[in-house]
Amino acid sequence: MYPDKAKMESLVEATELAEVRGRSLWSDARARFIRNKAAVGGLIILILILAFSLFGQVFQAWSNEAIDWKLVGRVTQIGGPSFENGHYFGADDLGRDLYARVVQGTGISIMVGVVGSLVAVIVGTLYGATAGYFGGRLDNIMMRTVDVLMSIPFMFVLILMLVIWGRSITMLFVGIGLISWLDMARIVRGQTLSIKNKEFVETAVAIGVRPFTIILRHIVPNLLGIVVVYATLLIPGLIMAESFISFLGLGVQEPMTSLGALIQGGSKQMLYGAWWQIAFPLFFFLATLFAFTFVGDGLRDALDPKDR
Amino acid sequence: MKLKSTLLATSAALLVVTGGMAYADAHATHPVTGEALASDQTFTYQDIDESPSIDPGMVEDVSGSAVARNLFEGLMNQDADGNLIPGVATDFEVSEDKLTYTFHLRDNAKWSNGEPVTAGDFVYAWRRVTDPVTASPYAWFMEITGISGVGPIMAGEAAPDTLGVEAPDDLTLVVHLDQPLPYFAQTVTHATMFPVPQAAIEAHGAEWTRPENIIGNGAYVLTEHVPQERMVMVRSETYWNNAATIIDTVERLIINDETQAFTRWQAGELDLVGVPTGQYLSLKEQYPDEIYSNPRLCTYYYAFNMREDAPEWLQDVRVRQALSLGFDRNVITEGILQAGQIPAYTFTPPTTAGFTVPEVEAAAMTQEERVAKAQALLAEAGYGADNPLTVDILYNTSEGHKSIAIAISQMWKENLGVEATIENMEWGTFLETRGSGQFEIARAGWCGDYNEASTFLDLYSSGSGYNDSGYVNAEVDALLAEAKTSPEAQALYTQVETIAAADAPIMPIYFYTSVGARTAALKGWPDNNVENNWYARDLYLVAE
Amino acid sequence: MFSYIVRRLTVAVPTILILIAISFVLMWSAPGNPFMGEKAPPPEVLANLEAKYGLDQPYWKQMLDYMTNVVFHFDFGPSFKYKDRTVNDIIAQGFPVTLTYGFWSFVVAVVFGIGLGIIAAIRHNTWLDYLAVGFAIGSQSIPNYVMAPILVLIFTLWLGWLPGGGWEGGTWDHLIMPVIALSTSYFASIARITRSSMLEVLNSGFIRTARAKGLPSGRVIFGHALKPALLPVLSYLGPAFVGMITGSVIIDQYFSTGGIGQFFVNSAFNRDYSVMMGITILVGSLTIIFNLLVDILYAWIDPKIRY
Repeated sequence: MYPDKAKMESLVEATELAEVRGRSLWSDARARFIRNKAAVGGLIILILILAFSLFGQVFQAWSNEAIDWKLVGRVTQIGGPSFENGHYFGADDLGRDLYARVVQGTGISIMVGVVGSLVAVIVGTLYGATAGYFGGRLDNIMMRTVDVLMSIPFMFVLILMLVIWGRSITMLFVGIGLISWLDMARIVRGQTLSIKNKEFVETAVAIGVRPFTIILRHIVPNLLGIVVVYATLLIPGLIMAESFISFLGLGVQEPMTSLGALIQGGSKQMLYGAWWQIAFPLFFFLATLFAFTFVGDGLRDALDPKDR
Repeated sequence: MKLKSTLLATSAALLVVTGGMAYADAHATHPVTGEALASDQTFTYQDIDESPSIDPGMVEDVSGSAVARNLFEGLMNQDADGNLIPGVATDFEVSEDKLTYTFHLRDNAKWSNGEPVTAGDFVYAWRRVTDPVTASPYAWFMEITGISGVGPIMAGEAAPDTLGVEAPDDLTLVVHLDQPLPYFAQTVTHATMFPVPQAAIEAHGAEWTRPENIIGNGAYVLTEHVPQERMVMVRSETYWNNAATIIDTVERLIINDETQAFTRWQAGELDLVGVPTGQYLSLKEQYPDEIYSNPRLCTYYYAFNMREDAPEWLQDVRVRQALSLGFDRNVITEGILQAGQIPAYTFTPPTTAGFTVPEVEAAAMTQEERVAKAQALLAEAGYGADNPLTVDILYNTSEGHKSIAIAISQMWKENLGVEATIENMEWGTFLETRGSGQFEIARAGWCGDYNEASTFLDLYSSGSGYNDSGYVNAEVDALLAEAKTSPEAQALYTQVETIAAADAPIMPIYFYTSVGARTAALKGWPDNNVENNWYARDLYLVAE
Repeated sequence: MFSYIVRRLTVAVPTILILIAISFVLMWSAPGNPFMGEKAPPPEVLANLEAKYGLDQPYWKQMLDYMTNVVFHFDFGPSFKYKDRTVNDIIAQGFPVTLTYGFWSFVVAVVFGIGLGIIAAIRHNTWLDYLAVGFAIGSQSIPNYVMAPILVLIFTLWLGWLPGGGWEGGTWDHLIMPVIALSTSYFASIARITRSSMLEVLNSGFIRTARAKGLPSGRVIFGHALKPALLPVLSYLGPAFVGMITGSVIIDQYFSTGGIGQFFVNSAFNRDYSVMMGITILVGSLTIIFNLLVDILYAWIDPKIRY
């Protein structure tokens, strides 16, 4: 599910070319993106889902934690979707409103994806840019470290951390982000190596700008294209990683929930007739993943004119 | 023709193997009931997880104990109603002062290698469990039995051979107790008290329980064990009562997912499985004869932290009472669990032998009365809309515990205006946190180790290691001490319950049931055994 | 090339040391005692247990002893929880199981993934292409833990064709459902990667030349385009392999296969430190070896790469 390496490399080359051609890269890309039907469709779905997770609670008749005592114990029989009792998506196995929970769970899942991806991108970019800019022995040490870290089964380590230190949403965000910054660091380093020989960087060095200012002001902004694409393509993978963690019961704490946790709960009930408990969360889960994937692919293709 | 001859050859082989017992034959009938027996007497059942050990001296979980009961046999067994019946011992005598028990062993009890089971095997086993070098997780059980010398041995202050048990001859076992405990004879049915084969343990060390090394004295021998997958046990030819055994093979499958296990039971792959949480009622409609729910000797409760360093409101009996009254137990038993669990207002289950549940006020009230009283108590204690009480519930991670915690916290919120946060931890962390008193309200469950009220009520004594509430009441301590030797113990137990119900160190929620689905063909299940102690040799499959 | 392999292998040593260090730090910082049950053992018993597992030693000694045993004797010590098993026993039992269904899932994912990818690329922008892409993203996104119960419902309960779980030495009927459940998400990823790199290759100059020369399209695709198009797939195999080992957690839970995933999760929840460290180190080492193999293969196929 992670962005594939070859495509990212091709994108790196494309943005380098664009550097030479100047500012028109972004407007060209926008035009190409708009022409891509799948990408635009994905973007529209994504906006709808975001709106749902942000404003969906306006329409909810129940809070996400209140139990409808009339349904307790009879959810399978009478807890299905209904406008009369305000449970538009039905109720979960405890009699809580599934609509409210899906709204809240969609928000958490997208947030885990976005925040995790931001963590990965920020750490990866700074790390890669630092290694690439300074070069030499520091570069060598930093990239060898990445090699070492790449061989660590992070999902296993994350499970251990969540079991041992107890779950927390911060740990989940950081842990999931830290799983995936390594590829980003590699790509950014390679890119930085070529940018740092550009005239504007050499000028900055000559007038005595401090190295970290150069990295932040001159190198990172020129990496924006790849960073955006990588971050978008990373999100679906991270949402899936969260659902895996939720499966193990190590996800977010009650009464909060995530799509992964809702699907996991629903999968226990689906064989006994409460189809809505799996159908609604799974629908939003799939729609979110599809949307992010199409938007990410579209962005990449838009920024990489060589392809197609 | 070929097929037929193979079939004949197989049944002939079976006849030889079972030593003339023809139960495997298609036309066999049950010797007592006369029911026609199925030709394939293979009993397959599910357990949720692999047991840490099946060594009787080391076994620590319920499902591991069940395996040990099939592979080994203690001095006494339990019948389908939980009464004592002879096992390796044919009978026993109790001395006048009730401090000495003399067990007479049968002369035909044999290990699976053909050697006789002797009194010395029990002496060895019991010393081994008590010895701190063995580091048995169930060594504490020896303390409960009250055998003299256990304490100093466990503390490493005395040699294991100072244990109060001796074997004057191969068929006589004499046990000396420190106190005349009324329930001692019950404890010898527990797996921890089973004999173990000294020679095999000395030859193979910890690996003696593997199929290639194990020697047992039970009705079955272990032939295959793939951890996390399956275990196969076949009838033992050397078992003294092998003639009465009907089930030929016992297969234990480890299936972690209860939904998956149930689907496989529906597909006919298993004879006995658990029922997925919360599905009891609807599945019971679908399978009225197969799904059962039996009372168990276990209580589910929340402990209030009454230690001095805990928040002040926990010290206030009115608040504890209010919380205990402020939610509807029927919602939990009928709405969430749905499997015949009984709402609990006191700690010791009503099914406990000889025990009378005291009539406490809370049990007699209607739910409206309870909530009204809870509101009054809470207001009296100074909590209300302007000064809401906030509490924290701690439970160990599990779907079932989560559902109950959510329901209770919601009912508190709606009935009493109490803001409850719920927090879950993994088992290890949870035990440490609860044990060291770093909680406000913690989930707990307790199952009787033997069928007598003291196995529950001892948790109320200030010296108990499992008194998670940190409850101290001198009167309770005195009554419990008196009950150890008193002939009127049951009355004292009822008195302890009454005091505890007033003090509310814990909030009892419900009494467990054991819930399962079994094929209609499976007979002989001990439905009335509240300790849920089943022996595969009592079961049989009838022809359909 | 040789020096490259040596360099990569030298990275393996610090990786494993770091893994051991992380595991030990987690173990020491964990609240709770691994021998704690609902009924806490008496102090004397606890002391004996700690002595038995070496937990009474100073931290540096615990770590040194462990490393010595692992590196020189390939001995991961006894399990804290399963009294009659060592970690080596558990790995010896569970790992071949995981490897067996993992291998077949891998084969299925690669064969079907590449096949579907090629078809989608050749029929670019037709309904077949859209169907393939939609199917790929869809099956990649449906969690294994939704797929597994549905498979059992269909094949075991309704059709009665396959046993609902177990392993029994790994007969084919016990293999089918685990392989389907595990391979779908990787099969889908491989299909998507194959499709996009195939498209890229088909648009490149040398394929156009080949076509212009009038070569039949089958020969163009399988003779010229396939090899370069598969390079990106190759680089995906490393992560796919690790993902399959992680996925075994779910497979073992649903199909009772007794593989390494179930042991790992149980050991983490039960504080069975030696088992969880052993499995983590094993998986880490395999990741290193597998990534190395993939890179060597990559270099062997792609003449442009020099090390």
